[in-house]
Amino acid sequence: MTAVQKRKIEGTIALTFSTLAAFMGLFWLVFILGDVIVHGIKALNLSLFIHDPAPPGVEGGGLRNAFVGQLLITICATLIGVPIGVLGGTFLAEYARGKKIARIISILADIMVSVPSIVIGTFIYAVLVLPLGHFNGWAGSVALSIIMIPVVLRTTEDMLSLVPWTLREAAFALGAPYYKVITQVVYRGAATGILTGILLSIARVAGETAPLLFTSFNNSFFSLNMNQPISSLTVTIFQYAMGPYDSWHEQAWAAAFVITIFILIITILGRLIIRWRYR
Amino acid sequence: MNGTTEIEVRGLNFYYSGNIHALKQINLTVQKNSVTALIGPSGCGKTTLLRCFNRMHDLYPRNRYEGEILFQGNNILLKDVDVIDLRSRVGMVFQKPTPFPMSIFDNIAYGVKLKGIKKRSDLSERVERALVHAVLWDEVKDKLNASAYDLSGGQQQRLVIARALAVNPEVLLFDEPTSALDPISTAKIEELTATLKKEVTIIIVTHNMQQAARISDWTGFMMLGELIEFDSTDKIFTAPSEKLTEDYVTGRFG
Repeated sequence: MTAVQKRKIEGTIALTFSTLAAFMGLFWLVFILGDVIVHGIKALNLSLFIHDPAPPGVEGGGLRNAFVGQLLITICATLIGVPIGVLGGTFLAEYARGKKIARIISILADIMVSVPSIVIGTFIYAVLVLPLGHFNGWAGSVALSIIMIPVVLRTTEDMLSLVPWTLREAAFALGAPYYKVITQVVYRGAATGILTGILLSIARVAGETAPLLFTSFNNSFFSLNMNQPISSLTVTIFQYAMGPYDSWHEQAWAAAFVITIFILIITILGRLIIRWRYR
Repeated sequence: MNGTTEIEVRGLNFYYSGNIHALKQINLTVQKNSVTALIGPSGCGKTTLLRCFNRMHDLYPRNRYEGEILFQGNNILLKDVDVIDLRSRVGMVFQKPTPFPMSIFDNIAYGVKLKGIKKRSDLSERVERALVHAVLWDEVKDKLNASAYDLSGGQQQRLVIARALAVNPEVLLFDEPTSALDPISTAKIEELTATLKKEVTIIIVTHNMQQAARISDWTGFMMLGELIEFDSTDKIFTAPSEKLTEDYVTGRFG
């Protein structure tokens, strides 16, 4: 067998396996999405959004409390996580650029990104739930924001590093102090990239269940009080899917459908911003 | 060609990252309202010298100056010099155009706003004056709110010059401003330097010897971090005192 023939066979084998692997991954993805869409749309109705849960066994009712709770927890998590992430990323890319501390924090953030979310949930349970004596919405938001921070921080750092140095020098050459160079010139150059990172981090935490199980827990009643247990879609899906009632199962499907679509929209929005930026 | 002295460099040494000796014992005098060109082969230190005049080297750690640069009699290399104020008096234009990611108007207004001028009418006036000055006004007056990135490379470079002019600097530093431009844009910027020197003092680094001969009054020839010869441009290009200068300007090396 000549060397060329050998390489051709190797190439064919590699292509076959990678194609199979791609289809394997795609198959489950389409399976899951298809299942959620088919079951979810069937169970979807208006009362899902405008009514709170009915007592077990009683027909009807909705998940208004979970939709509102989820929104509230996610918004608060974003308000906590985004400023910290963006400012932290700015520190790494600008003030600590090239220093050892920046590399260490970067690596730690990368590790944080892959820490199982249940670990973060139990940590917040110990810090913000046990001392207060009860589950509460704030603990849920803080847990989610801790998942967001490393994602936003790393994206911000990467996007700021992509802004050419000549642009900063040009601003310095006009007599701008460093904080104005960053806020008025560098942020503008990196705005779309940072925004995309923020959106993707929101999409990431919106689908988290484990950190909320130990923190905001759940609430069968409509509540806007972040100091008390508050309902969320993901925890509701978990509990309803485990529950004994068919109506619960149906509502869990509907909730799963809605949150999947929500995350899909945010992700697509993030991609669109990237494409619009590099048109 | 005797005028008042704007900048006087005395025994300047410069070290990158603590120990790379990039400029060695530089002495030269820059006349007010003149164009001074710095020429020499790549890596000779001409850009390094240019970046001393607005203390650009301060942006990077462990860079060190020795000696004096007297700007209107004051040593600007002293530790307590306000570099922000210095940079608003000594503007800089870079090799590649560096428009900010904002509109044409906001690009020019940026430096003006840094000086504390916020009123819209004042800003508009300064922006228009700077653009007229940089011979860009007629091309952009109808699209001041368009992105600066929509302009051509030559227009962007004139925009950047206008941005530098808008803060009323006394000195303008040009770091190979035309090396990324086509011949027509280059000619426009060369013409511009001739009119600008009525109001500002210009120091220009260039790789292009014809350009130095065309636009400058004074020329310094540098090599390996040393200023080999500094004299009037006529003298440097027709009757240089140093053999090295002659070899370089006649194209025997470099």
